[in-house]
Amino acid sequence: MATVIELPVETYKGPVEPDWCPGCGDFGVLKGIQTAAAKLGIPTHNLLVVSGIGCSSNLPGFINAYGIHSLHGRAVPVATGAHLANTDLKTIITGGDGDGYGIGVGHLIHAMRRNLDVTYIVMDNQIYGLTTGQTSPTTTVGHKTKSTPMGNVENPLNPLALAITAGATFVARAFSGEQKHLADTIAAAIEHKGFSLVDVHSPCVTYNKINTYPFFKERVYKLEDENWDPSDFNSSLNKAWEWGDRIPLGVVYKTDKPTYEDSEIAFKKGALVKQDLRADKKVWQECIDEMI
Amino acid sequence: MQEVTVGIAGAAGDGLDKSGDTLARSCGRLGLHVYAYNCYQSIIRGGHIWLKVRIGEEKVLNHGDKLDVLVALNQDSIERHAGEVNEGGVVIFNSDRIKCMPDQVKKGVTILGLPMKKVCEEVVAEHGPLQPIMQNTVAMGAVAYLANIGLEQPSSVLTDTFAHKGQKVIDLNVSLLKAGFEFAKANCKPVTKEWTFTKKRRPFMTGNEAIAMGAYAAGCKFYSAYPMTPASTILHWMASNAHRTGICVKQCEDEISVINMAIGAGIAGARSMCATAGGGFALMTEAVGMAGIMEVPVVCVEVQRGGPSTGLPTKTEQADLFQVYGASQGEFPRIIVAPKDIADAYQTTVDVFNFADKYQLPVLLMSDLLLSEHPETVDVEVLKHDPEINRGEMVTEWNPEEQGKFKRFKLTESGISPRTIPGTPNTNYVSATDEHDEESILVSDMFTTQAVRRKMMEKRQRKMDNLLKELPAPKLEGPADADLTLVCWGSTWGVATEAAAKLTAQGTKTNVLCIKWILPFHAKEVGEILAKCKKKISVEVNFTSQMARYIKSETGVSMDGHINKYDGEPLEPQMVIDHVNRILKGGELSLDVSEEEARDFAYHYLRTHNGEKMRPTQVAQEAANGHGEPVWNVQLSDRATGEKAGQMKVGVKTGATYSFEKV
Repeated sequence: MATVIELPVETYKGPVEPDWCPGCGDFGVLKGIQTAAAKLGIPTHNLLVVSGIGCSSNLPGFINAYGIHSLHGRAVPVATGAHLANTDLKTIITGGDGDGYGIGVGHLIHAMRRNLDVTYIVMDNQIYGLTTGQTSPTTTVGHKTKSTPMGNVENPLNPLALAITAGATFVARAFSGEQKHLADTIAAAIEHKGFSLVDVHSPCVTYNKINTYPFFKERVYKLEDENWDPSDFNSSLNKAWEWGDRIPLGVVYKTDKPTYEDSEIAFKKGALVKQDLRADKKVWQECIDEMI
Repeated sequence: MQEVTVGIAGAAGDGLDKSGDTLARSCGRLGLHVYAYNCYQSIIRGGHIWLKVRIGEEKVLNHGDKLDVLVALNQDSIERHAGEVNEGGVVIFNSDRIKCMPDQVKKGVTILGLPMKKVCEEVVAEHGPLQPIMQNTVAMGAVAYLANIGLEQPSSVLTDTFAHKGQKVIDLNVSLLKAGFEFAKANCKPVTKEWTFTKKRRPFMTGNEAIAMGAYAAGCKFYSAYPMTPASTILHWMASNAHRTGICVKQCEDEISVINMAIGAGIAGARSMCATAGGGFALMTEAVGMAGIMEVPVVCVEVQRGGPSTGLPTKTEQADLFQVYGASQGEFPRIIVAPKDIADAYQTTVDVFNFADKYQLPVLLMSDLLLSEHPETVDVEVLKHDPEINRGEMVTEWNPEEQGKFKRFKLTESGISPRTIPGTPNTNYVSATDEHDEESILVSDMFTTQAVRRKMMEKRQRKMDNLLKELPAPKLEGPADADLTLVCWGSTWGVATEAAAKLTAQGTKTNVLCIKWILPFHAKEVGEILAKCKKKISVEVNFTSQMARYIKSETGVSMDGHINKYDGEPLEPQMVIDHVNRILKGGELSLDVSEEEARDFAYHYLRTHNGEKMRPTQVAQEAANGHGEPVWNVQLSDRATGEKAGQMKVGVKTGATYSFEKV
């Protein structure tokens, strides 16, 4: 393994100051990604950050890297295409719970079952922020929002359990209020070979008055402090359902499986963008001859 | 020109596509030209399949409207098609199972029943019992004799087809072919004179194969798709050849994912393509605008089929023009192009990859089921394996100390901003769906800057002006002093061109204007051409004459008449000629149910309500009798006995089924 040369965190400072509300959990996630990238020494031009639409999806504009700020819910397929075209890039997908678990959940499930070697960081604030506070797929039952004034009646989706069953090979939870732990978790996710999902509780200070910093501070604990073994599928799935008075942070599940890239024959000659474009004359002629 | 048309009819699963392929490839090896069209249903087994193979000494532009030889693989096929065989033609069928009565064919048509058991006696003695599907090979032997193409090439095609199954299977098939050939020789005469075989070998390929191979030649490295007829065969070609082409082929969870992946690959710098039908394209539309504002090169193929909604999944139509034109919110540069035939589909695919890169925009390549799925012989020299690949203004190195900050969306005179791909040092940028400035910083969130927005919009749209100058304007094909101009687009070109030539020969000088580049559009040139045309008739496979409306919106020129077909089947030359003659005489278009269609209504009703027990026979028009419109009285007879079994009444105006009575 090549020696990792850490880079200063400032290397990743973007051209624009974030326009999130003061106190938004997403500041912590941005810092976490920058810290993780610095720790892993990823050159900024080899880092591709892909997002959808939403408050948190503005993140690519705030980091010094290549970025794609795509459509609502489409970060995963756009990132998949970009990643498959150039597997030499480190591809990180960022976005919110509405983007990833609502409108984009169909893509997410398939990306996980493909075990693509990408990292998905969801800034989960359990609310739609940019559209001024409607219920989201992770909003808890009873939560009154602009679209559920009598209280949310739908059960929230469990992202961790979903990821484990769909085939993600690295599934973790982090919290914006635990900066170092968050950065370490993101770094581990990036280093993991295969699909890694980090669900980050990133409180919305404007529209979610329930799932606040104090809410999480009182409840979270770190799995590594309890010597958690994330390698067993069934116990990890059980752990994913732990919620309430105690909310686990850290790597809930981790396993090693072949990635999509391992079996794609097109990559045998390296990243697609670095290959010769010309058709092989012999192959082309064979294809024609087979039609005669 | 000498030509012959062979029709093969049966049910799905009868293997008639393979038979047609053997015949067509044999002709393709002899130097004859072939155009085939397969009329099929959305069913894997059963239903009715109707494959027409038109063979000519010169290029044939469509499947035509003649029928010289019918191979009927079931009784239904005799009833449906035996009457279509032209005088001098032959009907072939397995007479052990199927009957064909003299009153079911036109005068001068030979009924050639193949007593299959007897014909195959010697082959069975040598090779053992036959599978039912092998009767097709016997029939093909008979066709080879009737079409006067000899045994040598069909035998060699079968040898190649069954090479992977070993010599025994090859011998069996060749001897079946020979048995059919000899039987026909002993009982019939060929339906054509001797051909002049140039022996110029031509590949027999579909439009979708041409698009896929064009993409390969153009350097396509990433292809994504979700299965949908009639685009699926591009995916099949891509997938089955990926091991040797090196193209990364991705089947996605839905069409939204398909185009978003293709755009992602385009941003990363790979030449990428995706394809779908109208329904899938409906899901893709939001992303088309994303490629527009992000200025991403990507090629999206939209193969039209009968709509709306699920519509006619296995039938052809040209009714998605406005969907493709209107795809995605807002205004952005993109190319919309519709190739007219298979060779054109290949070259157009190659060309649009270059335009996509040069102008950094999405390309919407419109095909239709007929163009995409029909195979024809193509002159291989027009297909280049090493076309020019022009990636446009790509920056591979950047020194910020000397050159300053890299501006991905630099405001330039040409509208083209030189691009780098992610991975290039010192040029980091964000591709954003929000409006942005030169440095790709959003202008939409904190403060919307009107001036930046205006200039960025104008920059993008300038690409269209420059692009238009590069594209060839459409030209009239045929006599310049024509009395009549047929205006068409896409695959309808083949039928319109043949109809124009025939109309000219019949005394109505006719030429053709085929619109290929739809966006950007040569409004000035098209307007000038049409202003000089005496009479203009649009020919389209849709209900609302979408191209005629589009031309009017761009040029102000209206057509003098419209020819439309929207029943799922492609136009044929004689249909166009008949409509032209009617329009020129000022005749009204009758939308009444014809006698033939009344029979079709009866077939449909019987099949859906009565199994296969009856068939329609006599059809006569009757007065309203309380139905509010005249009706067709369709007599029904028992298939087995031929005795009268019932009658049904179908409205002449509406097509309503008023009654069905069994005797």
